[in-house]
Amino acid sequence: MGFLATNHTLSADNLVGVRGDRLLFKQLNFNLSNGTVFYLQGENGSGKTTLLRTICGLSKPYEGTIHWCGDNINSLAEEYSKNILYTGHLAGIKEDLTALENLQFSLALSGADISADNATEVLKMLGLAKGLNLPTRMLSQGQKRRVALARLWLQDLPLWILDEPFTALDASATALLKQKIEAYANDGGIVVMTTHQEVALNVPKFEQLRLDSEEKMAA
Amino acid sequence: MQQQLSTFSVLYRILARDIKVALRRQSDVTAVFFFFIIAASLFPLGSGADPKLLSAMAPSVLWVTALLSCMLSLSRMYASDYADGTLEQMMLSNQPTVLIVLMKILAHWVLSGLPLVFVAPLIGLQFNLGIDQLQILAVSLLMGTLALSLIGSIGAALTLGIRGTGVLIAILVLPLYIPVLVFGAGAVNAVAIGMSPNGALSLLGAVLAMALVFSPLASAAALRIALE
Repeated sequence: MGFLATNHTLSADNLVGVRGDRLLFKQLNFNLSNGTVFYLQGENGSGKTTLLRTICGLSKPYEGTIHWCGDNINSLAEEYSKNILYTGHLAGIKEDLTALENLQFSLALSGADISADNATEVLKMLGLAKGLNLPTRMLSQGQKRRVALARLWLQDLPLWILDEPFTALDASATALLKQKIEAYANDGGIVVMTTHQEVALNVPKFEQLRLDSEEKMAA
Repeated sequence: MQQQLSTFSVLYRILARDIKVALRRQSDVTAVFFFFIIAASLFPLGSGADPKLLSAMAPSVLWVTALLSCMLSLSRMYASDYADGTLEQMMLSNQPTVLIVLMKILAHWVLSGLPLVFVAPLIGLQFNLGIDQLQILAVSLLMGTLALSLIGSIGAALTLGIRGTGVLIAILVLPLYIPVLVFGAGAVNAVAIGMSPNGALSLLGAVLAMALVFSPLASAAALRIALE
């Protein structure tokens, strides 16, 4: 594809995360470059989602800084967010709109101009052919998740931040997503993700981080 | 590289999506519209058929009812986008949050403020208003309802994620609505006593201009806090 040929780095410097009066993580450092899958693990409530949202720039770190290609993400603002594809706990789809309308809107938000044909093709590939013209409120949890993930196949962005992307997906969709993540990392994309499923990924660089309970202490 | 959409077309799609979603869920939009018609029509029924009294109180009655109708839908302005996660996707858009917020506000105005501009002169007939007053009423509402949506957006953004927001928004926003009400109704009153409405309309325009600058900034900041 070539769009990931340029070098990108994402690094964190002494990151401290606090939720309410609880310390979630401290002195967190990492340095990710092209082709890395950064895999966050930890029990429920250990701060995985908080860390992902901090990396997105949605939450501000309590202390510490995050740099994208050497620049602080706070000063980059939308210059940074235009590089990210984030899928959170919430699918980010409108129940009153159809799968295609939802997909086109979320693509438009990040400025991608994708034709309806291309978008339909990806939705069909993801097994949504039957529900294309239904409002998404008629779709199952797993189908909604597929609509939200369909952007991964259509956008050329250098950083993916995926919060539990495998949740609610069936075996075939899990396999498709796993393949896509591998292909993306092999092309030079950076992935930061959490998951509770054991998924063995065949990627150039693989890093793991456990956010563990012993790191927690009263703040 | 992929084709990139221009800022204008991204913003247009945000506005179009909000209107499309609202039109698929028409009860929300029509409720505001009919609330205005019914509430404003109750006053002539309750106060008897004295044409002088009616035309004297018409500007304030119509303006206060318009203000309350606009407020009815404020709590929904960001709430559904917040609940289904589209709001955080908007914050991660490649466009500045301030502009996206401005589009959300415009959509709210098109759906809840703009219809009132068209129906208010018809309701005004019930109050024995003259044609010149009806014209100024429509003009003042055209500017005023946009200011109401802008100012209301700050309240909607500040109360996002809090339970039972309806009353809280009213308490936050109603004091800020006072200048809009004073100058909006003032313009119609000025015509009634044979004066020029230009002074009041200029002041209303000034309020609108100020809201147009500050409200998207304040709303965007409040939304960022709500999402943290």
